[in-house]
Amino acid sequence: MPLLDVQNLRTSFHTRNGVLRAVDGISFTLDRGETLGIVGESGSGKSVSCYSLLGLIPMPPGKIEGGNAYYEDDKGKVDLLNCSEKQLRKIRGKRISMIFQDPMTCLNPYLRVSTQLMEPLLIHEKISKKDALKKAIEALEEVGIQDAPRRVNMYPHEFSGGMRQRVMIAMALINKPDILIADEPTTALDVTVQAQIMDIIKQRQRDLGTAVILITHDLGVVAGFCERINVMYAGKIVESGTADHIFKNPKHAYTIALQKSIPSLQGKGKELYTIPGMPPVLVGARRGCAFAARSDLPHTPEEAAMDGVFKEIEPGHCVELHPATVVNYKQYL
Amino acid sequence: MVNPLNLNPKEEQIPELPVDLTQVEEGSSLWADAWYRLRKNRFAVFSIIVFVLIALLSYVGPLFYSYGYTEQNLIYGAQGPSLEHFFGTDYLGRDLLARIMFGGRISIGVGFIATFISLGIGVLYGAVSGYAGGKVDNVMMRIVDILYAMPYAIFIILLMVLFGRNIFLLFFALGAVQWLTVARIVRGQVISIKKQEFIEAAISLGLPTNRIILRHVIPNVLGVVIVYATLTIPSVMLLEAFLSFLGLGVQPPMASWGVLIKDGAENMTVYPWMLLIPSFFFSLTLFCLNFVGDGLRDALDPRSSKD
Repeated sequence: MPLLDVQNLRTSFHTRNGVLRAVDGISFTLDRGETLGIVGESGSGKSVSCYSLLGLIPMPPGKIEGGNAYYEDDKGKVDLLNCSEKQLRKIRGKRISMIFQDPMTCLNPYLRVSTQLMEPLLIHEKISKKDALKKAIEALEEVGIQDAPRRVNMYPHEFSGGMRQRVMIAMALINKPDILIADEPTTALDVTVQAQIMDIIKQRQRDLGTAVILITHDLGVVAGFCERINVMYAGKIVESGTADHIFKNPKHAYTIALQKSIPSLQGKGKELYTIPGMPPVLVGARRGCAFAARSDLPHTPEEAAMDGVFKEIEPGHCVELHPATVVNYKQYL
Repeated sequence: MVNPLNLNPKEEQIPELPVDLTQVEEGSSLWADAWYRLRKNRFAVFSIIVFVLIALLSYVGPLFYSYGYTEQNLIYGAQGPSLEHFFGTDYLGRDLLARIMFGGRISIGVGFIATFISLGIGVLYGAVSGYAGGKVDNVMMRIVDILYAMPYAIFIILLMVLFGRNIFLLFFALGAVQWLTVARIVRGQVISIKKQEFIEAAISLGLPTNRIILRHVIPNVLGVVIVYATLTIPSVMLLEAFLSFLGLGVQPPMASWGVLIKDGAENMTVYPWMLLIPSFFFSLTLFCLNFVGDGLRDALDPRSSKD
């Protein structure tokens, strides 16, 4: 039984120009202790899908149109998308936590780091302030902050970006959650710090047995980090599989194009590969394949208007089969 | 030749500052930084000192002064400043210094208490309205708009007529008309703060809404609120003076600076000191509070340089 089972999640934003389908029917599962990567361009719906799980979508204009997300632990099964705010609050920060993109804005500038670290403990557990402080210091030490007993009394502005992200990780993991959602945790950081932060997440994951969902647009980060990968495009999962499937045997044109655009995998002196065109505007009804217009595979307009079929082509490797995106798609049907 | 890029700064010796890395013991909060900047502002510091002196004179002074504020001496009547009565006496022979000290108690008290009440209501109301957003926000702010449209003088007069002339009611009434602006300011701030990621992070950690508002949102608006408060205190004092001028404020034999100025104004051609001396204290206090408010605004502004 998977720890988290998301089925047909649909989230949309009701804007002035119409209904924007940010997430359009995605399904995935997450097992205990597993690392799942979600990759895709900006606006592909990778963050929105995870925000939906924790009820962090601003409503209005956002709306979860449908779907189920069963989270199961020893206490029973909860549907995250259809439970009360109160139930959800008990899960947030205790069973499922999140770290965000920009550590500079994620900590309250007016509160000491200790106060902020102790907060999730004091809310979710019966614990004295003294013990909470002890745990907060431990948590800081575990994410590699030196001199933690002194540091814990400081304010966020006295920390560097990388250190703040460490504090965020410590805060998210202080209740030993089952799932950690990391929303582009290294995007706002220096390249040298990025690797350190990823190492810390990996190490804490090993220590605590937490499952991690890593949202990123950086395939390089995903490659060394995740066991399974979902590639998202225009609100849908277009390809999912193990890291080997995605990197060694990609089938979807979008996955292939994403890999081609990693600068370090291209020859020196060559012009960088970029995917032509722009991601489609997701307002209005969806017709046909969203990637057809940007794909370099030959296809007819009739074919482009066809709907793709999401199908398992080998054990654990699913692809959205469509004439415009998968070479010889018919062989898999 | 001037070397604009200063590529070879051989002549310029950068003095090596002694850096004691063991020095940082406690983290310095934004409040501590603000306090540090405020202390650098001479005007503000001077104003604080003057204001504290005036407040001490008002609250502690009467204990050491031989004349009471109600002591009349009708035979003596109105006399100019003398060694016996430093600021002279009014037409009932009451010592003006004693009355100024007592008036200061009322005026400063009104200023602070009414501001405090208005902040209490306004901050909470504005924070809830701004944080809730949507329909709740709309309804709450329209109520504020309606109350704004009501002339406050009539509101206070009505209160006074209905509940009698009670000094505590006056405190409350002044606070009750001042909270509207506070609520609007706080609401605006909260709307910008609630979009920030640390609020989202707090939600994702499972914090209940009331805790988020009280612990994460309100501390972030306090800077603006404090500045506004220091500028509200003088305006409340002015309002009280105005009401007293109309005869709706504190009742004789009690006095506030507003009452003293009103009495002085009635007799200003004959006994000018009765107008000038209370006016001086009143203006000085207003100046001080305004300077402190300006200083605080600069000190709490995150854009002002941190030196």
